[in-house]
Amino acid sequence: MNQGAKNTLKYLALAVIGMFFFSFALVPLYNVFCEITGLNGKIELSPTKFVQEEPIQGRALKVQFVSHNNEQMPWSFSPSAEVINITTGKYYKATYFVKNNTDKVMVGQAIPSVAPSNAAAHLKKLECFCFEQQRLLPGEEAYLPVKLLFDNELPESINNVVLSYTIFDVTDTYEDEIVQNTHSMNTKS
Amino acid sequence: MSAVVESHDHHHGPAKGISRWLFTTNHKDIGTLYLWFSFAMFLIGGAMAMVIRAELFQPGMQIVEPEFYNQMLTLHGLIMVFGAVMPAFVGLANWLVPMMVGAPDMALPRMNNLSFWILPFAFGVMLSSLFMEGGAPNFGWTFYAPLSTTYAPPSVTFFIFSVHILGASSIMGAINVIVTIMNMRAPGMTLMKMPLFVWSWLITAYLLIAVMPVLAGAVTMMLMDIHFGTSFFNAAGGGDPVLFQHIFWFFGHPEVYIMILPAFGIASHIISTFSRKKLFGYTSMVWAMVSIAILSFVVWAHHMFTVGMPLAAELFFMWATMLIAVPTGVKVFNWVATMFRGSITYETPMLFAICFVVLFTIGGFSGLMLAITPADFQYHDTYFVVAHFHYVLVPGSVFSIMAAVYYWLPKWCGNMYDERLGRLHFWLSFIGVNVTFFPQHFIGLAGMPRRIPDYALQFADWNMISTAGAFLFGASQILFLFIVVKTVMGGKKATPEVWEGAQGLEWTVDSPPPYHTFSTPPLVK
Repeated sequence: MNQGAKNTLKYLALAVIGMFFFSFALVPLYNVFCEITGLNGKIELSPTKFVQEEPIQGRALKVQFVSHNNEQMPWSFSPSAEVINITTGKYYKATYFVKNNTDKVMVGQAIPSVAPSNAAAHLKKLECFCFEQQRLLPGEEAYLPVKLLFDNELPESINNVVLSYTIFDVTDTYEDEIVQNTHSMNTKS
Repeated sequence: MSAVVESHDHHHGPAKGISRWLFTTNHKDIGTLYLWFSFAMFLIGGAMAMVIRAELFQPGMQIVEPEFYNQMLTLHGLIMVFGAVMPAFVGLANWLVPMMVGAPDMALPRMNNLSFWILPFAFGVMLSSLFMEGGAPNFGWTFYAPLSTTYAPPSVTFFIFSVHILGASSIMGAINVIVTIMNMRAPGMTLMKMPLFVWSWLITAYLLIAVMPVLAGAVTMMLMDIHFGTSFFNAAGGGDPVLFQHIFWFFGHPEVYIMILPAFGIASHIISTFSRKKLFGYTSMVWAMVSIAILSFVVWAHHMFTVGMPLAAELFFMWATMLIAVPTGVKVFNWVATMFRGSITYETPMLFAICFVVLFTIGGFSGLMLAITPADFQYHDTYFVVAHFHYVLVPGSVFSIMAAVYYWLPKWCGNMYDERLGRLHFWLSFIGVNVTFFPQHFIGLAGMPRRIPDYALQFADWNMISTAGAFLFGASQILFLFIVVKTVMGGKKATPEVWEGAQGLEWTVDSPPPYHTFSTPPLVK
């Protein structure tokens, strides 16, 4: 094989390796793209800072709350009110009811989604249970709060927004912690 | 002493027995292996298509369980794409590229051997999943997550492994083709003097290098999601199932051009020979292929218009997709212009090539209909899509491969095929393919969804006709097998030129060519 062929081989091999890693690079690129453009209804999982409620009167908006349980998540999970009528530019508080129906300590994590997706950028959440994991003892129940505002720049065409939360079982991820806590609880009693 | 002298004789022929095929580094042997392998896969994948069409002969569940139907559907797609069409083109490249550029062999002969011999293992693994608990992959050849991750049968891991192997095989094949073309052309053969089949394969090989690693990446992510607790495509861990579709189609769209570009090259050779005219617009043919290849990277999301993309993206992908019609139109125009006022004869390869141009164009037009975003919301996931891609793949890619086999088979084995049987095979295939797939346009527009083993009563008549056509098409491929075997076994001896006025270095060597050709490079003026 002559030198030219060796060089060709070398750059082709590099291209193959490069493209393999590029396919993995698509993952963060895709997320960055979605975040910048606000596509896909993705919301940041951290509270936005307090926005001064705007003095001008906003317009009426219907907000629907939806809940899903992922796969075999055994908890009861549902919104306290399925629909609230709000005005843009003002904070409102809503709650979700959650109950651990098992006889084990479990940890859940809710993932939010907004439809239509172009409303996501106009949603400000002061607090949300989706920012943290929920740890529930056997049979424990709770009302999880979310405090939200839709700003006045919400596109005119949107009169109805759906906020969807899917609750996932993430107990496995926190298993060690739970075992320790249970242990310490037992020793206390 | 004489024994020593004999062992130094460098005009040796092929080794004897099975080891000739196992250890061969000869491009002609490997080309033959690829072609036979792809033929076997074509028949296996075809048998699966017969199961699918038999089930769809009448509404209601007749023959197989829905679970098995899904497995047939998935394996049919995977085997035809990765097992039949792609290896057939690699086989043609192995046989023809060195002879067309005046090289003694492929640049990397041992890698060539490896890239073929891992293929039977890849498909052995894939097919063995049929006998595993939970059955073979059942999520369609596009294996969308989470259907192929969270909800997949356990055999999905074997599927992933098999895709890794066949991907490695394709990448090695592509590297070999590029290194050969870039470094081993005969003196005087500049890039713009290369035969179009060589050009088409050079571009195809670059596409393969660019996207097969992305496919490997996609299945690796699936593997990690399934076994190592990552969440690339799992919303539970912050991943996104739509991401899978983006990555898959970033690979998938160039992939469909990988399956058609070599066909463009083949058609150019055959149409020029049997029109007894120089190909019209050589330079524009090359640039059209380059443009198609580049555009193939910016149109992927037209496969996912209904996934919920913003308007701007839908418009971009619609226009970019339609742009591809321009270079494709240039090619069709050139083929027609080549035939215009030519003294055409209609031997079997020419029949297949003309049929390729006409039916591929029909498939291209239905592609344009699908590219219209608002219309696609109606067509998406209906039989209209099935009709579209079968028109570009069966009378497109597969007919071009058959044309190539009839055209170059006399060169490869030194015997002429039976012209009457060849034409009979063509007409049976032509009628079969149209009876099978044309009605699928109608039932698709009427709303019959794809990938479902049962259908509403109003689709019954066209489905029955479609199934009849499919069995005609399937049976006529047995005739093809018979013709090929008969030709290889014997027949009228072919001249070195084979076809009157055929152009190219491969026609300057004997038929069949000696085991080693162009050990001293020919001079190209």
